[in-house]
Amino acid sequence: MHPLARTILQRLGLGLMTLFIVSIVIFSMVSWLPGDFAKAILGQAATEETVAAFQKEIGLDKPPVQRYVEWVGNVVQGEFGSSFASRVGYKRTVAELIAPRLANTLFLASLTAAIAVPLALALGILAALYRNSLFDRIVNSVTLTTISMPEFFMAYLLMLFLSVKLSWLPGLASVDAETELLERITRCALPTLTLTLVIVAHMMRMTRAAIINLLACPYIEMARLKGMSKSRVILRHALPNAWAPIVNVVAFNLAYLVVGVVVVEAVFTYPGIGQLMVDAVTARDIPVVQACALIFAATYIMLNLTADIISIATNPRLLHPR
Amino acid sequence: MNQWEELQQAAFTKRVSRRDFMRRATALGISTALATGVLSRAGYAQEPKKGGTFKIGLGHGATTDSLDPATYPDQMTGTVGWGATGNSLTEMDAAGNIVGDLAESFEPSDDAKQWVFKLRNGVTFHNGKAVTANDVVQSYLHHMGKDSKSAAKSILESVEEIKADGDNVVFKLKGGNADFPFYASDYHLKIMPAKDGGGADWESGIGTGPYAIEKFDPGVGAKLKRNDNFYGKAYFDEVEVKVIADVAARTNALTSGEIHFMDRCDLKTVNLLKKNPDINVTEVTGYGHYIFVMNVTQAPFDNPHVRNALKNAIDREEIAKKVFHGYATAGNDNPIAPSVQYAINPEPIHTYNPDKVKELLKKAGMEGLTVDLSVSDAAFSGVVDAGTLFKESAAKAGININVIREASDSYWDAVWLKKPFVASYWNGRPTCDWMFTTAYAADASWNDTFWKNPRFSELLVAARSETDSAKRGTMYAEMQQLLHDDGGLINIVFNNYVSAHSKAVAHGDFLSNWDVDGMKIASRWWMA
Amino acid sequence: METKVPRARRSKTAAALRELKKAPWSAWFGLIVLLGYTFVALFAPLIAPSKESEIVGDSYMEWSALYPFGTDQLGRDMLSRMIFAAQNSMGIALAATMFSFLTGGILGIMASILRGWFDQAVSRFIDALMAIPSLIFALMMLSILGSTAINLIIVIGVVDATRVFRLTRAVSMNVVSLDFVEAARLRGEKLPWVVFREIVPNILPPLITEFGLRYCFVFLTISSLSFLGLGLQPPTADWGLMVKENATLITYGDITPLLPAGAIALLTVAINFVVDWFLHKTSGLRDGQ
Repeated sequence: MHPLARTILQRLGLGLMTLFIVSIVIFSMVSWLPGDFAKAILGQAATEETVAAFQKEIGLDKPPVQRYVEWVGNVVQGEFGSSFASRVGYKRTVAELIAPRLANTLFLASLTAAIAVPLALALGILAALYRNSLFDRIVNSVTLTTISMPEFFMAYLLMLFLSVKLSWLPGLASVDAETELLERITRCALPTLTLTLVIVAHMMRMTRAAIINLLACPYIEMARLKGMSKSRVILRHALPNAWAPIVNVVAFNLAYLVVGVVVVEAVFTYPGIGQLMVDAVTARDIPVVQACALIFAATYIMLNLTADIISIATNPRLLHPR
Repeated sequence: MNQWEELQQAAFTKRVSRRDFMRRATALGISTALATGVLSRAGYAQEPKKGGTFKIGLGHGATTDSLDPATYPDQMTGTVGWGATGNSLTEMDAAGNIVGDLAESFEPSDDAKQWVFKLRNGVTFHNGKAVTANDVVQSYLHHMGKDSKSAAKSILESVEEIKADGDNVVFKLKGGNADFPFYASDYHLKIMPAKDGGGADWESGIGTGPYAIEKFDPGVGAKLKRNDNFYGKAYFDEVEVKVIADVAARTNALTSGEIHFMDRCDLKTVNLLKKNPDINVTEVTGYGHYIFVMNVTQAPFDNPHVRNALKNAIDREEIAKKVFHGYATAGNDNPIAPSVQYAINPEPIHTYNPDKVKELLKKAGMEGLTVDLSVSDAAFSGVVDAGTLFKESAAKAGININVIREASDSYWDAVWLKKPFVASYWNGRPTCDWMFTTAYAADASWNDTFWKNPRFSELLVAARSETDSAKRGTMYAEMQQLLHDDGGLINIVFNNYVSAHSKAVAHGDFLSNWDVDGMKIASRWWMA
Repeated sequence: METKVPRARRSKTAAALRELKKAPWSAWFGLIVLLGYTFVALFAPLIAPSKESEIVGDSYMEWSALYPFGTDQLGRDMLSRMIFAAQNSMGIALAATMFSFLTGGILGIMASILRGWFDQAVSRFIDALMAIPSLIFALMMLSILGSTAINLIIVIGVVDATRVFRLTRAVSMNVVSLDFVEAARLRGEKLPWVVFREIVPNILPPLITEFGLRYCFVFLTISSLSFLGLGLQPPTADWGLMVKENATLITYGDITPLLPAGAIALLTVAINFVVDWFLHKTSGLRDGQ
């Protein structure tokens, strides 16, 4: 078997195992959380009787192990079940709850990635090219300042200037299935901008470091001695060999765009999957929490796998290990 | 001075009625637009007009919400699922009187043990079906019975039997209750269409209200469309409700014009928001109050001197000023809001009094008292600050309070009713009986102070069926005094509902029984 | 994320001093800021004009000579709160980061030495933890444990430890297979000796770099957790909490929330300048998170 194919298969196997562990960890954690769905929904209005009636209706009266085994059995058959918020005659399947929100999250992530990744690479390459120049230091300081602001605060600042003061962009990113593409992009502009500012610094710094790291290598030295221009050396010789660490950090940030944007979603009231999961955790809605966690974990695993494959594919030494 | 200027001056000093002003302005040949402009600047309420889309931003709402009135958790579901789209048998008017809504009239028997509600004629549900007494019976049964998980279950516990009788619905109670029509105005008790074979259809969201649900997206919002067959008033063509949990985002949405109305303003910055010329901030004093509750069965709170010491160790005025920025009234350890019938303000008024605290602690032999106070944002926003101020003022009086912030999502389950000294809130109730029965009756499941006073219990039952108003008032006064002197609650403040709206919309008097204009904002407001 | 091996290099005090003299202005700036912060944090009670939670006046008083940054929502002196926050925030961040490096580091080195089932078991478990969104993980853990400062430190420590484990394991894997480690083990040296004398010194540079970055992110994590309603107990002063408490003021052009946010940002920039310089000196290291 081709070594690359073997690696992929092996990693997919490990990924499945990780998913399994994640499901156990999440299930146990939600079970350990004080209270359950019935008590969470009834809140201050909960009495012993109403809670008991509720628990019975959604099956919370069964022991946790039995519930988990049943859940796994269903998931293996591709059945994620229904939210606890379902009632008799009013079924809300996990799939129909998650699907539109996942689409929203992926849309926001793609939009941000389409802007942030090229921007970060360009800035990183330029910073490496003109390293220790004023440009390099300014880019460095600015990006560092942007990542050291709490996300929600950055969001408030952008909202204040671009939405409230200048009225250029809408401050609420409320979209639904019927929102047209152009409108959707405008509505997502502020969250996209916030997220871009948050992740660009990280990717840009990695790109810069990876390239600078290679500049000391003999073959780069060689190319430079041959009289190649600085930019040519970096683009033709250094960059191709710097892909592995860059791709890794890009994958990390893309994963973050899918799984880590709870706060930005909350500030802009964007109906994404992060908010859904936080709501579900608060309400102890285990089927939804589990499904969200699996989606997040799968995203993380797939992106890491992709990054590793690209690293291997672009590095002959890794492609043909001794 | 010419006549027009005189007339304007009369308007600004409110010496002339709206109608007279318009009549005289027309006589003077002043254009309607100009005249109404003067009226609105002079602060006259406008004549409602139809049309427009009203956008509301609310702070509550979660993806687990459903349209089941049994489990409406807050004003988001209350506003969408009840206020805008449904009706109860009765409703409260702006003056605090109980009046018929789906019921045209209601009559008690002599001992108030039986109530007959006569249904309004010719009312239809959104799907065109006529409302019958059976719909009412099934809607009520939805909250009753062993398997009910309804928040309204406890108030319907006193109902022995409910039956349809032509256009009438007859409630037989286990004991006399002169206040039963108040219960019938509760927002959980929305009238829904009965299903064939029993049960009420809540799933479709169909009601009798001024608007019909076009789309309900839990945790995101709802779209509503006017029901032209509605028997009452409704001005907007469409209403959009958006869930905006973050208060800064809600405020920004209002200032940038993306919504017309927001509830639950950020009190820290509301005075700054007020400076915005396009925005009005309104406050409504309801029945709601924020409290610290002591479990009187646990040491040291089983000692009445300790309870009184703590009641005198809190600086309510400072909390009202700093935490609620004046949008609250200092409490006096009486859960009955001043606007409720039979409310009294018990003497001595509990205020911050370090000397008295020291004296009481000495009496109790508890100098250097240390207590743990559990708080959480689940109780009310600003609770952490209120607790911190309590800690500081009590420290000066010789009581050491450890303020512990508990996780909010398990607060009601793991802390409230479990730990001996906790923060809590009540939305309040429109009658003494309802409030006492809910939270202070010896056997109430929400008796969070665990206070059991035989005299209080005796009066509670006696007052409920007492039809002589004066006698009733005396009984309720004694009960309030008992709670004030001996009970386990520290009523910090009566909180005001503070909301803000753009001047593009207008409103009349506010309902004060719930926030968001009694949750009936959609039918009571109009485009300016 | 695989990492390259640093070239083995012994740093001695003298060499460090010599390097310091040659350091660029950015490194100097970073070091001075860092020292200033540390000084304030260590001597907070002596420097601050009033006590941590003392109420000195009305809420939101203007900036004045008496209260240079005005007062906060309860009328506590903002400057004193900022100073005490330096102590609390930096202390908590330090404890959380140390915790993560101790657990993650030890597990990482053990995995690289022992390999086999131990490595597999730990790696799989860590993979699973990393696959759970860290904010939601922290949210749940704090709900279960209660959000005290100690629990906050442990939970953030555990979340960060997963990243530290991956890094340590990768770096130390490369060192362990180098000749001098093999030689030491063949000589019959005890495991702790090998770890502390041979492995740790050689993997230190990338770990220190990582330490600097992780440290800064703790402030942000605390801030995000406060946003979601969990975090430190009142009336503790903490920058992250203070940003959250005052954030809404920014909408009205009040720059109060910029103070704690600025404090975090300045510290982050300073630490990263120092780290950059360190990175440059030890060369060939990864950067970023």
